[in-house]
Amino acid sequence: MQFLLAFVIGGIICAIGQLFMDLTRTSVTPAHVLVGYVTVGAILSALGLYQPLVNIAGAGATIPLSGFGHSLAQGAIKAVQTRGLLGAFAGGVEATAAGIVAAVVFGYAAAVLFNPRS
Amino acid sequence: MTQSQGQGNVQQQKMQQDMQQEYKQLVKNVKPRPPVLKNTILAFLVGGAICFFGQLILWLLKKQGLGDKEAAAATAATMVFLGALLTGLGVYDVIGKYGGAGSIVPITGFANSIVAPAMEFKREGFVFGVGARLFTVAGPVLVYGFLVSAVIGLIYYLIR
Repeated sequence: MQFLLAFVIGGIICAIGQLFMDLTRTSVTPAHVLVGYVTVGAILSALGLYQPLVNIAGAGATIPLSGFGHSLAQGAIKAVQTRGLLGAFAGGVEATAAGIVAAVVFGYAAAVLFNPRS
Repeated sequence: MTQSQGQGNVQQQKMQQDMQQEYKQLVKNVKPRPPVLKNTILAFLVGGAICFFGQLILWLLKKQGLGDKEAAAATAATMVFLGALLTGLGVYDVIGKYGGAGSIVPITGFANSIVAPAMEFKREGFVFGVGARLFTVAGPVLVYGFLVSAVIGLIYYLIR
């Protein structure tokens, strides 16, 4: 059941992005989509609307980049609870540090090891 | 003399504007509209499949005894690794051709956006080629992600 929900909810989240790309100006690039997903995901998370989605869909909600925004927002909020003002600045990056560094390390290795086709 | 010339210019400008508008209309009519329904279904299937695979990894890691948080972080890192690897092998381009946003929105698409430009501009060197181009798309994503996370933290600090 959790696999089906991950598929369906994750699929819907991606389909919304496709509709956004097809039905708006042609100048909407993948970069705009990714920035939009992180921002909207963080805002939804701060309003308490994203965690329920994660509870239902698991990876279907955390694998789309809106899940990255969710981690950033929750990290900032939790750090403010424990450390006050400094947490607002540190919390988001701390919560997502592993993912960001993994992206840089694996991204760097792949870019150096492989060459583009054609 | 100068006045009539001025009028002529105005008329010419107006004609040009009319022509431009006509041209825009023509382009609008001739340009193929994206097959929205087909694209959306493909994005749903490809994006759903990637998330399904993520759920499978999450499930396997939890079965190994990892906690919820650690398992989620390790799943994200694994998906980033796979996205980077498939981009290097040229496979992710093929997935992206069909999947559209279904291949962009998942974290594997984020990995793809890091590897593809860095690989492409490798000849510009390891600092301005690989080093800078890694962040062509990831840079804006992190900038806005950090900004919004700090703003949320500050607002929460003020209202709690």
